[in-house]
Amino acid sequence: MSNTPTELKYASSHEWARLEDDGTIIVGISDHAQQALGDVVFVENPELGTTLAAGDEAGVVESVKAASDIYAPVGGEVIAVNEVLEDAPETINADPYHDGWFYRLQPTDIAELENLLDADAYVQQCEDE
Amino acid sequence: MSTEAETSLKRTALYDLHIAANAKMVPFAGYTMPVQYPEGVMKEHLHTRNHAGLFDVSHMGQIIVSGEGAAAALERLLPIDVQALAVNQQSYALFTNPKGGISDDLIITRWAKDRFFLIVNAACKEQDLAYLQQQLKGFDVHAVADQCLLALQGLAAKEVMASLAPAACELLFMQGCRAEIDGADCFITRSGYTGEDGFEISVAAGDAQQLAAALLRFNSVQWIGLGARDSLRLEAGLCLYGHDMNDDISPVEAGLLWSISKSRRIDGEKAGGFPGAEIIFQQISAGVARKRVGFRGEGRVPVREGAEIIDDAGTVVGKICSGGYGPSIEAVVAMGYVPTELAVPGTRLNAMVRGKPRPIVVTKMPFVEQRYFRG
Repeated sequence: MSNTPTELKYASSHEWARLEDDGTIIVGISDHAQQALGDVVFVENPELGTTLAAGDEAGVVESVKAASDIYAPVGGEVIAVNEVLEDAPETINADPYHDGWFYRLQPTDIAELENLLDADAYVQQCEDE
Repeated sequence: MSTEAETSLKRTALYDLHIAANAKMVPFAGYTMPVQYPEGVMKEHLHTRNHAGLFDVSHMGQIIVSGEGAAAALERLLPIDVQALAVNQQSYALFTNPKGGISDDLIITRWAKDRFFLIVNAACKEQDLAYLQQQLKGFDVHAVADQCLLALQGLAAKEVMASLAPAACELLFMQGCRAEIDGADCFITRSGYTGEDGFEISVAAGDAQQLAAALLRFNSVQWIGLGARDSLRLEAGLCLYGHDMNDDISPVEAGLLWSISKSRRIDGEKAGGFPGAEIIFQQISAGVARKRVGFRGEGRVPVREGAEIIDDAGTVVGKICSGGYGPSIEAVVAMGYVPTELAVPGTRLNAMVRGKPRPIVVTKMPFVEQRYFRG
């Protein structure tokens, strides 16, 4: 059974977005996604300073089985990436919502968060898949 | 996938056990097969090496060839010394084609003077059966109906077998015997596809669930899916048909010359006489332009099948045929084809992954020590 915190917003492509107090947005992948991927062995995050539009390819997460693209849930400039993942990509499996975050965005338009799914809608989508 | 395609997938007799074990089922060679169980590929892989893994490989083809003179007849199709095989001895072999390529790989066991048991790849089994029937007119060639194949692999496999079928523990690597396990008639061989000591057990479909349950009663034994089967065989440097070899790749290019018996080579007493022999002999004497090699990745980026291999100048020199993360060696491992002059351990090349060159080093295989039991 996967964990889907209600304070987060979700993209149908399985990323989560969390609005921080300083107006930036942290992005990661859902517990459902990490379970489906299996053991993560490598993460390719976007480069610092890259500007992404919502839905853009933002990087790749590789499990033992396969490579999967990750997408930007909202648009913005990449202002930080989680360097822990370079040497410890398994952190994503262990703690997808906190230590296993991917990157931080300075959003172009914070209202884009409204286009994402809330936890209930995301859980429903996962069940329908 | 459409509902129609899903319903047309075949199930092995162990399907219910996979579902009960919460396996993730995927279509594979016309079957719905367990790719992994809840533990996941990494843990399943390590469990196999450190304890014992149980694999359902019932999708593979099991074929019996019999009739007076079957050994000599099979030598027309296989570049091995079939006549020299002792009863209950098995051999790895290739079906070569007229252009010197490989149309499948298999394990052949001599059951009796004129009776042979072949295990072939699932995706090739109809083609192999038709080919054997067409080439071996006058012999009885048939697929064993309703038969399962289980593989028990890993460090603890021997211990488990010792309490279920002690006779099987006397076998050396690539030998087989008949034995009863919990009342089920089994043909057990000391073989496998993981690089570990272990057994493959052919059993009637009607007895398969009971046999699997008997094996799973041991704490050291758990189900392992096709995902870990692939990473295990890759670390062991073993080829996968359709990926590391195919109709257009010769045994010489694939580094499988060892599988051609001495007696069947150009200077042997039964030289040639199998499909593509002249081309293969020519390749042995003149050399080949490309060869299969192993690679270790220098970084953490998995290098997978299809990735182009480039040299320092950025020229594409070859392609990766299998690759991924090796859980036991905790590094990226791969196999690929490169020009023969680059097929030297220590040669540094790059694999292109999503447009970026990633350093890889030609490395001798196997990547992990093989632990076959040879006495």
